[in-house]
Amino acid sequence: MAERAVYTVTELTARIKGHLEERFPAFWVQGEISNLRLPASGHAYFTLKDDQAQLRCVLFRNRWRRVRFEPEDGLAVLAFGGLDVYAARGEYQLVVDLLEPKGLGALQLAFEQLKRRLLAEGLFDPARKRPLPPFPRTIGIVTSPSGAALSDVLRIVGRRFAGLRIVIAPVRVQGEEAPAEIVRGLRDLDALPEVDVVIVARGGGSIEDLSAFNDERVARAIAACRVPVISAVGHETDVTIADLVADLRAPTPSGAAELVVREKVAVGREVAGLRERLAQAIAARLAHARRQVDWLARRRVLTEPGRALRDRHRRLDELSVRLRAAIRAAHRQAAHRTALGAGALSSLHPLARISRDRAVLAQLRGRLQAAGTGHVKACRGGFVAAVGRLQSLSPLAVLGRGYSVTRLASGAVLQRAADVHPGDVVEVLLREGALDARVERVKERDERLHV
Amino acid sequence: MSDFTFEKALGRLEEIVDQLEGGGLPLEESLRVFEEGVGLARRCARYLDEAEKRIELLTRDERGGPRTEPFEPPADERE
Repeated sequence: MAERAVYTVTELTARIKGHLEERFPAFWVQGEISNLRLPASGHAYFTLKDDQAQLRCVLFRNRWRRVRFEPEDGLAVLAFGGLDVYAARGEYQLVVDLLEPKGLGALQLAFEQLKRRLLAEGLFDPARKRPLPPFPRTIGIVTSPSGAALSDVLRIVGRRFAGLRIVIAPVRVQGEEAPAEIVRGLRDLDALPEVDVVIVARGGGSIEDLSAFNDERVARAIAACRVPVISAVGHETDVTIADLVADLRAPTPSGAAELVVREKVAVGREVAGLRERLAQAIAARLAHARRQVDWLARRRVLTEPGRALRDRHRRLDELSVRLRAAIRAAHRQAAHRTALGAGALSSLHPLARISRDRAVLAQLRGRLQAAGTGHVKACRGGFVAAVGRLQSLSPLAVLGRGYSVTRLASGAVLQRAADVHPGDVVEVLLREGALDARVERVKERDERLHV
Repeated sequence: MSDFTFEKALGRLEEIVDQLEGGGLPLEESLRVFEEGVGLARRCARYLDEAEKRIELLTRDERGGPRTEPFEPPADERE
């Protein structure tokens, strides 16, 4: 019996690893994504599967970032990569380098084709979208009479604006007959003249259940409606063809009701507010008119018709006064300038110079006279003093001691008796008084005096 | 009265209030539009007071033409 060949786990795993990684370095594989996980590491982990097998896959962060669509569970994809064995866990996985979405399914393809066609026809054109009536009188609803969508709409309408008319076109919203019934419901409601807006509603459902709303007949019936149509298919993620054609897409039937029906309380407030503003505005207008009348009535022209005239007179007077003053001032100025000129001229005239010189002369004369008078006075003072001195020295002063002086008629002092003759008149000066005397006899020699 | 729509009435009322508040109208015109506005406000208020709730089901008559009949909404059938 031959020796049994026994590998250790490590040896075997190493051989498998070498084998697999060598044999499957790079290949394309197709499958459906499931169990997609995106941990914080940034790498993406998922399983590719078909109906009979599964393959673990990893898309490392740098590769994941390059994926140009959003992979999600259930999506059919093509993956390109190589096998990798993780020995520690005895697992193998596909290390994905490239990930691409696989061709769309038949239903999806049909949807895309219809969408493209209607888009090309312009049915989704935003310019086609009609605005909702702000205050609809009658709302048409195309929906199942027993569905949650209807009760949602009725509840919202009742809460917001109870007094509205609602006409329901009962239809099946899924199944083979649904598209035809929806189309007829739309047409019937649109035929009622009082209907202002139509809601096409359906509660939530799977993508397959929504097929009636992806039907071309329904799309065209919505587009053909006279009044605005709101789609409320109640499927947040899938946009149906009906949503695209409708004038407005509501996320849910309740949402549609809220878009269509305003709150009655708010509307009532609005009316009351307008009423109030109306009253205030007319009151203000009347007050303004009254003020205008009052103001006009108070104008002086009306209260004092003569006043305007008087004012003008006064103004005229003021102006003429100013005019005269101005003329006078101008005249004065001219005269002043003339005088200045004449003065300048006359000061140059010879007569003027003569007269000026004469004045100077007179002045000088005056000064001279004044100076002369002063001199005389000073002299007189000196004379008196000199006389005093002279008197004290005068020979006549001896008369006081009993002497007398005899003078001839000529005034000469008689010194010698021989100088006179009897009969001559002489004057004898005494200390007090004088004598006119006649010579009696002449004694040539006076003996008494000879010793 | 048959061509009365709340929307038109409210729109006209707003227009009148704006005009009056703008103050540009001659007095006679102001009074005229004021009277019109009062009438509109009254009708709007009456509309809000009087509107009654009617829910009808659209069915077909014998000849297949559309007709409506009163509809009693089912008791709240929310899922």
